[in-house]
Amino acid sequence: MAGLLADKDRIFTNLYGLHDWGLEGAKKRGAWNGTKDILAQTPEWICDQIKASGLRGRGGAGFPTGLKWTFMPKQESERPHYLVVNADESEPGACKDRDILRNDPHLLIEGCLIACRAIRARTAYIFIRGEYVHERERLTAAIQQAYDAKLIGPGNVNGWDCDIRIQHGGGAYICGDETALMESLEGKKGQPRLKPPFPAGAGIWGAPTTINNVESIAVVGTILRRGAEWFAGFGTEKSTGTKLFAASGHVNKPCVVEDAVGIPVRQLIEEHFGGVRGGWGNLKAVIPGGISVRMIPAHEAEEALMTYEDLQARGSGLGTGTMIVFDKDADLVKAIARASYFYKHESCGQCTPCREGTGWMWRVMERMVTGEAEMSEIDLLLDVASQVEGHTICGLGDAAAWPIQGLFRHFRHEVEERINNYRARKGSYAGASIAAE
Amino acid sequence: MSVRRLSPDQPESFAFSAETLKKAKAWIANFPAGKQQSAVVPILWLVQKQEGWVSEPAIRAVAELLGMPVIRVLEVVTFYTMFMLEPVGTHALVQVCGTTPCQSRGAEALMAVCKKRIGPQNHRSADGKFYWQEVECMGACANAPMAAINDYYYEDLTPEALEKLLDDFAAGKKPKPGSAIGRQGSAPEGGPLTLTDPSLYDGSRAKKIKIPNLPSKEKA
Repeated sequence: MAGLLADKDRIFTNLYGLHDWGLEGAKKRGAWNGTKDILAQTPEWICDQIKASGLRGRGGAGFPTGLKWTFMPKQESERPHYLVVNADESEPGACKDRDILRNDPHLLIEGCLIACRAIRARTAYIFIRGEYVHERERLTAAIQQAYDAKLIGPGNVNGWDCDIRIQHGGGAYICGDETALMESLEGKKGQPRLKPPFPAGAGIWGAPTTINNVESIAVVGTILRRGAEWFAGFGTEKSTGTKLFAASGHVNKPCVVEDAVGIPVRQLIEEHFGGVRGGWGNLKAVIPGGISVRMIPAHEAEEALMTYEDLQARGSGLGTGTMIVFDKDADLVKAIARASYFYKHESCGQCTPCREGTGWMWRVMERMVTGEAEMSEIDLLLDVASQVEGHTICGLGDAAAWPIQGLFRHFRHEVEERINNYRARKGSYAGASIAAE
Repeated sequence: MSVRRLSPDQPESFAFSAETLKKAKAWIANFPAGKQQSAVVPILWLVQKQEGWVSEPAIRAVAELLGMPVIRVLEVVTFYTMFMLEPVGTHALVQVCGTTPCQSRGAEALMAVCKKRIGPQNHRSADGKFYWQEVECMGACANAPMAAINDYYYEDLTPEALEKLLDDFAAGKKPKPGSAIGRQGSAPEGGPLTLTDPSLYDGSRAKKIKIPNLPSKEKA
């Protein structure tokens, strides 16, 4: 058996699309089973169960899902409640929600209905990134199946009237931030809002709104069917359950896979991803949770566990659980410079530190790649990164700073060597050729 | 941020096709009354599907349809990078993902193929059939490197596989999207190592179950 988890405990049983994604196939695999009994319970019971399961948001931040739901007003008022599902998966490395959307859409739809009951919402919007055209077509068809079978919609057989609708984006990473997503859903530029007010107080169109990641919602039905203690039985005290993991980069067999949270990084790579290209000894670094978390070097990856707390203690993070692996041939400076370009491209331009800082950091990183930067610019770059971090409305500024910080924390000597080599090649050195703009 | 400007060459006018208008109305109905502005991104997308790109007269038409100031629609068009602001290739719009995960698995070689066959990025090829650009993460990292061609994902590409795809598109064919090396979705190469237990798929999970942990006093 590869990994820690037995097949019988996997939630996403059609992860690879080998079986029928439609309603009949999904029902056969256990979706929509007992949904009516679950919806007959109070919202408090649902929230308590999800809290007891220890489910934490799977979009990267890891906020407890059950707790988030309790922030919603306890009474329905003239302002309708909304559930918004964040399917704007755009983080480099992250590609897990896509497989839920295209291969197990009914788990998501069922989860939406249950979550709507928990937060007393009558409408859910699934905000899917614009580039996922195939996934959107699949999801639209699945929702139509659910309407036709009267599983959702007004007067449905499950007993909680609820519409599930789709909205799509226009290709902006920033819309993965919940407040930017709300702006985009309202038909505006995706520029994040200040919090407070928090979405549970004033979200889309000023109405109470809860925003959850696709995976967080799609696991809810199975958790309630099998019991909170079943889900809480995997992982550690603070990081429970099963989760989708993925790998890209220098592994032999990149893929998406579901396993227990808490699986060691090495076991995950060796058993599920076919090992590091050239063997474990050829590993240089791992970015464990999407490009925005800091990388960990090989000797730490040896011991690291895929949990929120272990990776945080190593200065990194579980993020979305989708790793990027680099072997010894990899040019890490170039890889991070490309990440910096990504953030420069995706900054929405609202906050000055991020708008100016991401472009500045990218330009300096490009000179670090060739080695033509000045040695003192390393500290200057880290200083600027720390000034961007935490000084913006949303987390994109932080996310732009962290990969750079991770690189220099573990591989500063490589950049220094590169700068030295560049100088040595030049012979007579007369100042940096390009000033930092 | 990316700097995006409208093309200097604009058509005289724009008109919604009957089909586009029908779909646009469905999007408007997707949102509460009075919140039709929410449909702006999907409707601009429909416009792009109809025309291949979003022109200045189209922006005005969308603004009128949704009762929005033109500047608000212009803002949206220039903010979201999925909207093409100039005419693209008649046969294929090739969007190669160049972000780190794809870069680490050979996206640069794919872009070299595009450069060789189509020319510089963000320009139409000489014959007008192709247009290519490097884009940011498309969310298919486990199948890197990849390119989205006319909206659909072509994954696990090699330069040779991309050349073949471009040949097919040039010949007016529509190659099947997905993995170029025959992978099943995002399963590992050579077949899944998990989800092999047949009892998951024999219907035993559809049998009536009792939900655990229900409160002792049953209350609806």
